[in-house]
Order: sequence, then C-alpha cells, then structure tokens
Amino acid sequence: MAITEAPKIITGRIGHADSHTLERYLATGGYDGLRKALAMTPEAVVHEVDTASLLGRGGAGFPAGRKWAMLRKSPVTYLVVNGDESEPATFKDHLLVERDPHQLIEGVVIAAYATQVSQVFIYLRGEFALGLERVQAALNDAYSLGAVGSDIFGSGFSVDVVVHPGAGAYICGEETALLESLEGKRGFPRIKPPFFPAAIGLYGEPTVVNNVETMSNLPWIVLNGGSAFAALGEGRSTGTRLFALAGHVNNPGVFEIEMVKTTFRDLIHAPVLGGGIPHGRELKAFVPGGVSAPWFGPDQIDLPLGQDEVAGAGSMLGSGSVVVMDDHTCAVRASWRITKFFARESCGQCTPCREGSGWLEKIMERIETGNGREEDLDLLLDACDNIAPGLTWPPQQTTICVLGPSIPSSIGSAIQMFRDEFLVHIKEGGCPYG
Amino acid sequence: MSSTAHPTPVARPRSKGGPTPTLTHLRGATATRARELIALYPEPRSALIPLCHLAQEQEGWLSPEIMVDIAALLDLTPAEVLGTASFYDMLHTEPVGSHLVSVCTNIACLLNGAMELLEHAESTLGVNAGGTTADGAVTLEEAECLAGCDGAPCVQVNHRYVGAQTAESFDQLIADLRSGARAAEIPTHGTLNRVARTTGLQADRNQVANERSAMAETQAQRAAAAKDTAANKAGA
Ligand SMILES: Cc1cc2nc3c(=O)[nH]c(=O)nc-3n(C[C@H](O)[C@H](O)[C@H](O)COP(=O)(O)O)c2cc1C
Ligand code: SF4
Ligand code: FES
Repeated sequence: MAITEAPKIITGRIGHADSHTLERYLATGGYDGLRKALAMTPEAVVHEVDTASLLGRGGAGFPAGRKWAMLRKSPVTYLVVNGDESEPATFKDHLLVERDPHQLIEGVVIAAYATQVSQVFIYLRGEFALGLERVQAALNDAYSLGAVGSDIFGSGFSVDVVVHPGAGAYICGEETALLESLEGKRGFPRIKPPFFPAAIGLYGEPTVVNNVETMSNLPWIVLNGGSAFAALGEGRSTGTRLFALAGHVNNPGVFEIEMVKTTFRDLIHAPVLGGGIPHGRELKAFVPGGVSAPWFGPDQIDLPLGQDEVAGAGSMLGSGSVVVMDDHTCAVRASWRITKFFARESCGQCTPCREGSGWLEKIMERIETGNGREEDLDLLLDACDNIAPGLTWPPQQTTICVLGPSIPSSIGSAIQMFRDEFLVHIKEGGCPYG
Repeated sequence: MSSTAHPTPVARPRSKGGPTPTLTHLRGATATRARELIALYPEPRSALIPLCHLAQEQEGWLSPEIMVDIAALLDLTPAEVLGTASFYDMLHTEPVGSHLVSVCTNIACLLNGAMELLEHAESTLGVNAGGTTADGAVTLEEAECLAGCDGAPCVQVNHRYVGAQTAESFDQLIADLRSGARAAEIPTHGTLNRVARTTGLQADRNQVANERSAMAETQAQRAAAAKDTAANKAGA
C-alpha cells in the first residue's frame, strides 16, 4: 500500500489563501461543472453520479445516486445539506465550508438540478461562525453571478438555496432530527422505517439529505465523468475521501486520500500525512469513523481505508475521522469521556439510550475516579447489552435512531482490549498512567 | 443539554395578530432582519432558531421578553419558543458574559491536555465551567467536540476558533479579551447581522411546483408512449 498520485478532487483549491472567494473559484474552473450539468438532462446527471458510485460521506455511506432515485415524485421536493458535523474528532466539513464554500454551493445546485428539487437548505453547525459567514457570503456572490436563483445561467432551471444555522446539539446531525430542527422544533429523530426522508421529509414532502462532502464531490464528477471517479479506489469505495486525523499524531489534520489504496498505517505514519506518533511512543489503539465506532488495535493498522474493508473488520469508516491513542493513554479515561458525551447528547426519547447512557456514565466515572466496585465490569457489560443486545457490530437496533446502540462501542472495545486497566482502576483505586 | 432552571416566560395567549405583531424588545434593524429571515421558509416556525440567534446578537441571551417577541413573529406561544430553545446548547436562557469561552474536552482534546486546560481556566477565572466571571467579561463552558480537533485542546471564543491553547496562551487570551485587544478578530456573538443574505427567494415556489408537475406529466406521457411502443413490438 502507498500514498497514490490520485488527484485532489475536493481540496485542490484550499492551498490558496483566498480559496473561499468567487474570484479564486472562477479562476480555477469554478461553476464549469454546473454549466455542463445544466446542458445535460437531469437523468444524465444522476447517471454520472450512479456511475461514480459516490458513497455518502456523512457516516452511513449510502450511494448518493441511489438515494436520489428513491426520491418520491412530488411537485414540491427538498434537498437538505447536512453540515452539522458534530461527531467527535470529525472536522472535514469544517474545512470545506470555510475554505471552499463555492464548491459546496456548485455541488448543491447540481444535485438540485439532478433531483429537480424546488428548494435547498444548507444546515450548518451553529458553532461554525466563520463557516456560516463564508457560505452566506459565497451564496450572495453566487446569486449575483446567476449560479443560484431563477433561470440559472439562462437554462430555465431555478432553485433557491438558504443557509440555516444550527444551535448546538449533536443529535441534529441525524438526518430526521435535522429535519425536525429545520422545522423549528427540538431535534428529536423520527421513527424510520417505514418512511425515510425520501418519501416523507421536510414539512412532510419528499426530501434528499446529503452531507457537505458528498455535495462537494459533484462538480468534479460532472466535469470529469462518473467513470473517472470510479476509476479511483476499489470496489464500492470509489474516488477520494477526506480523513480527519487527530489525537496523538505529529501532524493532525484533514487529508484527501484515494479510497482503499491507502491504509491506516499510511495515514498515521507517512511523513506527508500524520507523521507518526509524538515522543517516540507506540500505538495503543485507534478509533476509526468517529466515537460511535468500535476501536482497532495495532494489529489492524494495515487495513485499507475502504468502507467494506473496515466494516468487514468489525468497525466503520463512518464520518471519516481517525483518533490515535499512544501507549500512555488510559483506556478507561478515554472511554469514560466518550460515554459522557453520549449521555449529554442523548435526546431522551428512548429509554435504553437515555437511561443507559446515564448509567454507563455514572459507572465509568466511579471507575475512572478510583471508586469502582468488583461487580462494575459485569454491570457495564450488562447495561451495554441492554442498549445493544449481544454487542454485535453493526449493533442491533433497540431505539429510534442509531445514537443509542452506538454508545456501547467505546466501552465494549476498551473492556475487550484493555480489561486489565479496568481491573487496576477497580482494585487499586487509581490509574496506572497517573 | 442545559440543565439549569429556566425563567418562567411571560404568560401570553397564542398570537392571532396577523402579519405585523407589535414588537416590544426586538429593535430596528434586528426586527427587519427577523422578518426577512421568516420570508425564506415555507413555514414561519423554521425561522425559530435563526430568530433566537438574532435575539442573542441583540441582547446577548434569550430573555423571557424577547422570546415573547419571537413567539409573536412566528405565531407561537412563548412556551413553545422556550421549550425548543432549551434543547439547544447555544441558546442561552440565562445571561452570559460578553465572551463565551468554550473549552472542548472531548476525545481528541482530552488526549492533548484539555482537562488540565479546563482546570487551569476554572482556577484562574475563579468560576466553574458554566459560570460567568464577576465582571461579566467571560462565561466559561466545557464543550463537546467543536470540529477543530487538529488544534487541540480546541478553544472557541464566541464560536470563533482561537487555536490550540496552553495555560500561558490561555491567560494571555483572557487578558486580551478583557482589554479588547482582539475585538476585531473575535466579534460579539452571532453572524446573522454581520453577513446578511442580500437577496430574497427568487424561485417562486408555486411557479416551480407548476413547472415540476408539467415536467412530471410529460415524463409520464413519454413513459406510457414507450410502453405502448414496446407492447406493439411484442404484439408484432
Ligand atoms: C447520531 C447521528 C449523528 C449524525 N451526524 C451527522 C453529521 O454531523 N453530519 C452528517 O453529514 N451526517 C450525520 N449523520 C448521518 C445522517 O443521518 C445521514 O446519514 C447523512 O447526512 C446522509 O448524507 P450522505 O448520504 O451524503 O452521507 C449522523 C447520524 C447519526 C445517527
Ligand atoms: S436513540 Fe437516543 S438519541 Fe436516538 S432517538 Fe433514541 S433517545 Fe434520542
Ligand atoms: S475533540 Fe475537541 S475539537 Fe474535536
């Protein structure tokens, strides 16, 4: 495995200090993809995206072209862009909205044309103050240019795009919670199936929900063709993908990497990528795909960065984040903090998630602070089992959304991989790492 | 979610006041902006969160009085506004300091000394996370991941990233906030008045809907014609 010479599909422009401006965008081929798309039929655009095998970059990895095809025919339909990015250790959309907002807008209008929707909402995380300003400013420029609004570039196609700020709630990244939030309500996920947003979405109308990174790939795909995209990567995991690398690495950041051709080892250790682990320490474990995902140990470091490859090994590529923990890391403390996050962010609709996360946090906290009891390990696993029976991966669904069943991932991994550390905490009332 | 007690909103029946209710607290340009925002959505209620942000831009927090105005604009009850706002961490139903300092302690930051930084912040500011300094300059909060994990431990002030902080740089940051030295780079809360939308909606919803129906009809006719052709062929 190696770092390939794949083109920078979505980060090509961000080396420029003014990458967020319309001037830079137009000077680097901006809105050419949209012009080309508008000269095609909507079906032909969908066909290119299908050919590209563009998997959604928000977490679930559903093929974008297939999702669009499922959109129920109706006079009023919506496209909602998910820029809520709150999965811990995920910060790739942050880069895209701040540094290349026009690319996002161009992708969004292409998707709107392909799916023939009448209005788009870009839901951005409220904490992205600069990102909100950048996308709004870019949108104002795009309207003046005629790339958004009525009769786009004289094509007869019209669509409005509205930037909508969130207000700080992780659960609003879940697509149905996001729709509730966009309707001005609490972010309570809706029960699905039977009705996915493509059938009953925003205001009860058919709605496509796609991630910011998914959208940002579209200008390139239209310009270069779906098969050029599909030629990169392997199997279902085509093209490039952004990976947000953080934790104990010398060079944390967002890297655009060809799917499958590169491994976790490359990402973490290559000098041009993560640059290895600081202070000459060793790898203890890493969390792929966001904190909802089960952890991997050093023996899984040669896994390729591909959706099915990682799923086959018992975890997920999820949101495209990778957190590295060195051998001085306390597994109890790390999994306690992740559990605390879920307890804080559970929306409270489902008993296993609401009560379970609270219980787990309490037990984890007392172990972490040296007040654990002998029976706590069994109690933890029992509580985990009540939230996600059998602790299988992917987990069994016991709740309205998958936040609940993801809670046990970190505790389950930590106990399975580092049981000794839990025992030391409990028996000696303290942490072996101080 | 915020666990603090909420002030009781001023009781008021659901507004039936038509399109231009009288506002008592949202002022001038902010009130105009509020109406522009509402016009962007198919249902007024969708503007609830944006309006709460706007109100905070004016007042610094969501006072019970300002929630009455928001309710009136959206034809909701103040309780519906409060009940929604209280779900969201960024909407403050109690006063906050002029600088909201958010220290992330989630996983990537935890691994890079975030808990130690938060403890340092609590002791130098003399408040616990969630508290506001006596001079009203700083509200300190322990945040979940702020999507700035490559600059860990990640700190935001009024939701502007200020980069990874050490104990020393944090003290300097606070001193600068108090002296106003970084006011240009770290403006007060909110973005909606700073970078406003310059156009209203252009694609008239009804017109677009009609166009789409017409297109769907043509498609259906085409499909039916293709079926007929296929059937004829099969019959031939
Ligand atoms: C708890 C939870 C949080 C999520 N957070 C996000 C998020 O922040 N951003 C995102 O794009 N998708 C998030 N998702 C996934 C969305 O539900 C949805 O699958 C995605 O936005 C679809 O876009 P895509 O097909 O382009 O990936 C989350 C899902 C769950 C269950
Ligand atoms: S699983 Fe948790 S977050 Fe999801 S709907 Fe149920 S209570 Fe809410
Ligand atoms: S974990 Fe702290 S900003 Fe992401």
